[in-house]
Amino acid sequence: MFWSARSLWAAAPDGSSVHGTNIFSPASTPAKSIADLSVFVLAITGIIFVVVFALLIYSVVKFRERAMHAGREPAQVYGSMQIELAWTVIPILIVVVLFLATARVIHAVQDAPEPASALDVIAIGHQYWWEFRYPKLGIVTANELHIPLSDPSHPTPTFLQLLSADTDHSFWVPELAGKTDLIPNHPNRMWMDPRRTGVFVGQCAQYCGTQHAKMLLRVSVDGPEDFASWVRAQQKPAVEDAGVIAGRRVFERNACMNCHAAGGTPADGRFGPDLTHLMSRATIAAGAAENTHDNLRLWIQNPSAIKPGSLMPAMKLSDADLDAVVSYMETLH
Amino acid sequence: MSSNVITVPVGQTEARPWVDELHQWLTTVDHKRLGILYIVSALLFLVIGGVEALIIRIQLMHSHNNFVSPEVFNRMFTMHGTTMIFFVAMPVLFGFANYLVPLMIGARDMAFPRLNAFSFWLSFLGGLLLYFSFVGGSGLYGAGSAPDVGWWSYAPLGARAFSPGHSSDYWTLALLVSGFGSIGTAINIIATILSLRCPGMKLNRMPLLVWLNLVMAGMVLLAITPLSAAQIMLLIDRYLGGHFFDTQAGGSAVLWMHFFWIFGHPEVYILIIPCFAFMSEIIPVFSRKPIFGYPVMVAATVCIAFVSMSVWAHHMFTIGMNSYANSFFTLTTMAVGVPTGIKIFNWIGTMWGGRIQFKTPMLFSIGFLFQFLIAGLTGIMMAASPFDWQLSLSYFVVAHFHYVIVGGILFALFAAFYYWYPKMTGRMLSEKLGKWHFWLFLIGFHLTFDLMHIPGILGMPRRIYTYEPGRGWDTLNLLITIGAFIQAIAILVFVANLILSYFEGAEAGNDPWDAWTLEWSTSSPPPAYNFAMVPTVASRRPLWDQKHPEDPDSRYE
Repeated sequence: MFWSARSLWAAAPDGSSVHGTNIFSPASTPAKSIADLSVFVLAITGIIFVVVFALLIYSVVKFRERAMHAGREPAQVYGSMQIELAWTVIPILIVVVLFLATARVIHAVQDAPEPASALDVIAIGHQYWWEFRYPKLGIVTANELHIPLSDPSHPTPTFLQLLSADTDHSFWVPELAGKTDLIPNHPNRMWMDPRRTGVFVGQCAQYCGTQHAKMLLRVSVDGPEDFASWVRAQQKPAVEDAGVIAGRRVFERNACMNCHAAGGTPADGRFGPDLTHLMSRATIAAGAAENTHDNLRLWIQNPSAIKPGSLMPAMKLSDADLDAVVSYMETLH
Repeated sequence: MSSNVITVPVGQTEARPWVDELHQWLTTVDHKRLGILYIVSALLFLVIGGVEALIIRIQLMHSHNNFVSPEVFNRMFTMHGTTMIFFVAMPVLFGFANYLVPLMIGARDMAFPRLNAFSFWLSFLGGLLLYFSFVGGSGLYGAGSAPDVGWWSYAPLGARAFSPGHSSDYWTLALLVSGFGSIGTAINIIATILSLRCPGMKLNRMPLLVWLNLVMAGMVLLAITPLSAAQIMLLIDRYLGGHFFDTQAGGSAVLWMHFFWIFGHPEVYILIIPCFAFMSEIIPVFSRKPIFGYPVMVAATVCIAFVSMSVWAHHMFTIGMNSYANSFFTLTTMAVGVPTGIKIFNWIGTMWGGRIQFKTPMLFSIGFLFQFLIAGLTGIMMAASPFDWQLSLSYFVVAHFHYVIVGGILFALFAAFYYWYPKMTGRMLSEKLGKWHFWLFLIGFHLTFDLMHIPGILGMPRRIYTYEPGRGWDTLNLLITIGAFIQAIAILVFVANLILSYFEGAEAGNDPWDAWTLEWSTSSPPPAYNFAMVPTVASRRPLWDQKHPEDPDSRYE
């Protein structure tokens, strides 16, 4: 199937690298603190495993029944308080150490104060896509979050406020931060200060309904100039191209505008993604397909072909209307 | 103890017409028959839940697979989880408790035989109600559908806005009904243990299996009640205009999470404590030594029961609790590892210096110890809440709890099956098929669930019906699926063993394992009244005393 292109994960459209989802290659402070703690916990549990496993194997091998034992019972030992005390106290000490190490990281990640230089973004989970609003910049976009690179000497972390429009979701971009849920009536907060540019992928981690699997996330970490130019582009009013007026009419006369907003039209629906700068995005359908002419056409005609269970209805447009509205969409840079 | 072996009255073994036989089984109040009914119904649901698991695994074996639709996939994981927890694990463990507790304390039946039958039929019919959703899920309009909200049915996904139709109502009612059954059984187990022990069976002489089932039953009372309350609240929301969990009307999704997990976490211990009980009977017998540190084992169990009541929110580290709550639940969750560790050490202490016989029950017990150790350690990893912010809701957590439930609970159950099947049927299970079963299942288990940790670390969330290629998940998922099929083959060997041995197995005799607890003093299978004369005990191992009059345990108490 053409939308299953490997390239979705292999390269970003602007040629910058796409990062994977390995929790042990962190690119931001929260993810780094977590990975460091994880290595520490793995080391301690690894030592416990080796010791207990060795004891278990030793006793299984050493104390197996042999022919010379035939018919005789071993010495009947009922227990030993000293030994019990030893294997109670040592684990308690280990727990204390692990707890203190963990509590430090909990505090460092969760209670980090928000610096004045931080970027505020509101992320709203929808079935099955992401809405991103930048209240101080006046930007509304979807599915592809753009955030600035954070230089340790002049940190510009991004603080996300997490909301949900319907069911529970979870924002998980493993190389930038641990996941935090988006829960209706329960605003949450998370932050990240990426140290590398590129596209970081992730997806919704909390089961949210039929298409939970294709609620993908892309976070583009931009250098300062790139971010500034992205912001300028998003702040521009919608392109008004007289050549696609027919397509715009199709958009306005059909149910499209009940759910979508598009600058320069009366459409201000919020049930679906804001389309004002649709063509600035590399993917459609929350990352389920590349943003190409064919995919866009297929998506408008029959969303289920790409994402069965998506809440966008099949528009059942005539071929002429379909071509017109796709042409209109393709002007929305 | 004066009399040991009891002859079965001849009249009992006469063949009856099958209708009579069926009627006997349907109306029985005998704890042994109800125990077997629990076990057989659980095996039935185990096969159904297993097929659902295989459907899930086939769908995930490579990226962009189209074996089932997303709707069907979501129903499969919902039904698989619900079935395995509520209609396999709980009933099978209640079945063993029902069968063994009265025999081990020298009683003739449970304290409330009719309540016992009522509880079983509630649980079983609850399971049928759940599966009726496949037929009646969407009401009168034909095509039925099963619930697809996940086995936690997180709010508001379970609200009518997101789950129209009746499929999730069947889920709610099934859990409510079987929950009442569980509460009834728990009350029964507690009453039986507290009031029907034979003369001499002081609390500190009870077999550990009895002690642990007492603790388990107490936990059922504390854990199932909030679940039942939550289900009633959900029904009020869905049909009477309540707003407990209806977020669109100001209800709280987090409230449901608390209700669910304050049941859900103790539930894990409700399932694992009876398995600790099996281990505490089987490992001593096949090591030829008494359990190491009996009082400490009891204390550790009670300690686990208390601490495990205060760890539930470690299932909720990602919901945005504040740093104090996250720290508290990190601490309690890590703390529960201490008494659990003590248990593992005591089992190793029991084997230490023994003469270990590698019969099939012991093989499964050693498998249990090994896998439960790993499951405990991955549990410690996720107790560190920041680590859990990455691991939670990923395939790592799926691997972890299957390590507990399959590697721990199911292995212990297999050990129990091989150990007590001779008592229940009078026939030995085949050792040869048993060893095939063990090794096949061990290989399949490790192929599936060892590898399953890795996609979690590589960022694969649970409950996704498909995934993109090129993320390093494909090969792992294919191997995981192959492992699942090896496990399925092992289960077929097991079922074949159960059936073939019933007809052709070697005669078991009263006491095939040279064991020490009271159930082995009566015939196999025991007569309806269990013991012709109520036994009297003077130590924790009455049959040891009898077999070794020169060195009885009772001398040291």
